[in-house]
Amino acid sequence: MPDIDTTTSKPRPEHFVAPLEETPLDAIDTIKAEGKPSNLWIDAWDDVRRRPMFWISLAMILIIVFIALFPGLFTSEPPNSNCQLANSNGAPTDGHPLGFTRQGCDVWSRIVHGAATSLTVGIIVTILVFTLGVLFGAFAGFYGGWVDGLLSRIGDIFFAIPYILAAVVIMSVFAEYRNVWIISLAIGVFAWPVTARVLRSEILRVKNSDYVTAATAIGVPKFKIMWAHVVPNSIAPVIVITTIALAGAIVAEATLSFLGVGLPSTFMSWGNDIAQAQTTLRTAPQVLLYPSIALSLTVFSFIMMGEVIRDALDPKARAQR
Amino acid sequence: MLWYTGKRLLQVIPVLLGATFLIYFMVFAMPGDPIAALYGDRPPAPGVIEQIREQYHLNDPFIVQYFYYLAGIFQGDFGVTYSGQSVNDVLARTFPVTIRLALLAIFFEMVAGIFVGLVSGLRKGGIFDATGLGVSLVLISLPIFVVGFVAQYFLAIQLGWFSPTVGAGAPLEDLILPALVLASISFAQIVRLTRSSVIETASLDFVRTAYSKGLTRRRIVPVHILRNSLIPVITYLGTDFGTLLVGATVTEGIFNVPGVGRTLFQAILRGEGPTIVSFVTVMVLLYLVVNLVIDLLYAVLDPRIRYA
Repeated sequence: MPDIDTTTSKPRPEHFVAPLEETPLDAIDTIKAEGKPSNLWIDAWDDVRRRPMFWISLAMILIIVFIALFPGLFTSEPPNSNCQLANSNGAPTDGHPLGFTRQGCDVWSRIVHGAATSLTVGIIVTILVFTLGVLFGAFAGFYGGWVDGLLSRIGDIFFAIPYILAAVVIMSVFAEYRNVWIISLAIGVFAWPVTARVLRSEILRVKNSDYVTAATAIGVPKFKIMWAHVVPNSIAPVIVITTIALAGAIVAEATLSFLGVGLPSTFMSWGNDIAQAQTTLRTAPQVLLYPSIALSLTVFSFIMMGEVIRDALDPKARAQR
Repeated sequence: MLWYTGKRLLQVIPVLLGATFLIYFMVFAMPGDPIAALYGDRPPAPGVIEQIREQYHLNDPFIVQYFYYLAGIFQGDFGVTYSGQSVNDVLARTFPVTIRLALLAIFFEMVAGIFVGLVSGLRKGGIFDATGLGVSLVLISLPIFVVGFVAQYFLAIQLGWFSPTVGAGAPLEDLILPALVLASISFAQIVRLTRSSVIETASLDFVRTAYSKGLTRRRIVPVHILRNSLIPVITYLGTDFGTLLVGATVTEGIFNVPGVGRTLFQAILRGEGPTIVSFVTVMVLLYLVVNLVIDLLYAVLDPRIRYA
């Protein structure tokens, strides 16, 4: 570039463009390299950490996880083996703060030990739903054409059977092999189409972006573009519904156990305890109330977390606040 | 419209075949002998087994069995319950009750949900809005059987406002409490959907035009804002119908409502496999039909869908 000597040339009568020294080109053209990088996740974190709802739900979730991991720290009473029928539906006594069930077991101990079951089922279902949903949604959205047609129709078929009804059927078939894995499978196998649909529509929006075209232009293989560029940029709404799906899975397990096709009564499950207590609702409502409260609080904390994440990740939801 | 209807009907067929196949596959292609399950601990004489196997086509290959089952469904024959009644007879008796319960629940959740959602949306950020959002968050977190038992214990047993169980013939006044419980699951979602839809519609140009040409708020809110905000709410009713069916199963079990749900509930409690399959099939078919109707309705309401 030739040097422009501004001192010797004749002053021009008019300026159509601001003179060089008045235009701070540095400020326009350069990126502040030392500044904090910003992306959706960092913005979301900045948003989330200022909200009390996030910290409250996080604290609740951590407490529940802690109880599930170390039930022995919260109760010394065994949940199943030290039951005495003499205590049936008994009032609280020393060391038994919430009283006794119909079978004379300690209510508090059963609630503490039930946390692990709910969380385990919730987590296994969530992993299953996330994996299946992302696989189906990613291939359907990214490849389009007949792949999309086939995968979306399969999703429609699974979506047509409400997943709790499907789980009821599966669990009645596996009446003799009921355990945490089977019930998680029964819930998860029919719960994934929603995740797949959400990811698919998000990918359809993202896959024509410039960076995808750029990646194609420099010869990145299609498969790699999908996993390295398109899926990570479409995953935000999936994270939101996955958090809420975790709450849904916990409810589903409790509902199945409540209906009597969930876990056998040897497992500690809040749904089982609620089902057991319903026969004595009139005389001993507290036996039903306490596991219901535990279940609702757990579900509430995950739903609240989901709401916070949704607000942070979805600009549209943010605008509506 | 005819073209759209035809296309939509054609799309239902593979889903219908696939869904019935899946249900059938889950039950009959899995390990375990259906006849052993039928008789429990005391096995019947071998001749009886052979007769039953023949009667239910159990000696035929799986796919042939499936077609027998499918043919039955298309002829309106959903099989026989455990106690030997035809499922159709049971349906004829129980279905009207469930329909009444479901319609009552949908009425409650629509009226209350749309009202709360509309007010919240119009007064975004106000006290009513904040309370509404808080209440809906709590309601979403409560599993239906918890709501059911709490309502049954406090409203019916303690306060005596309602009858705790539903009497013979399921009179409408007995159905109010179960319907309220059933409505509580979707109420929160309807509030939120209406709210966000109202907020979005209220900021659109045609609403501003309506204001600027001097229309009153009393006309703009119901005619311009509400009507245009209801489309996502109506679609939601379709996808939510599955939740309603599952909810009805639990609610009818708790309140002893003599409907389809309770029949399924009791079949589940007694472990009656074939009855469960019949009723789940009926519910899935119902779910598909309701969604089809709502999709068509949607196209009537919003012409853009038809031409897409």
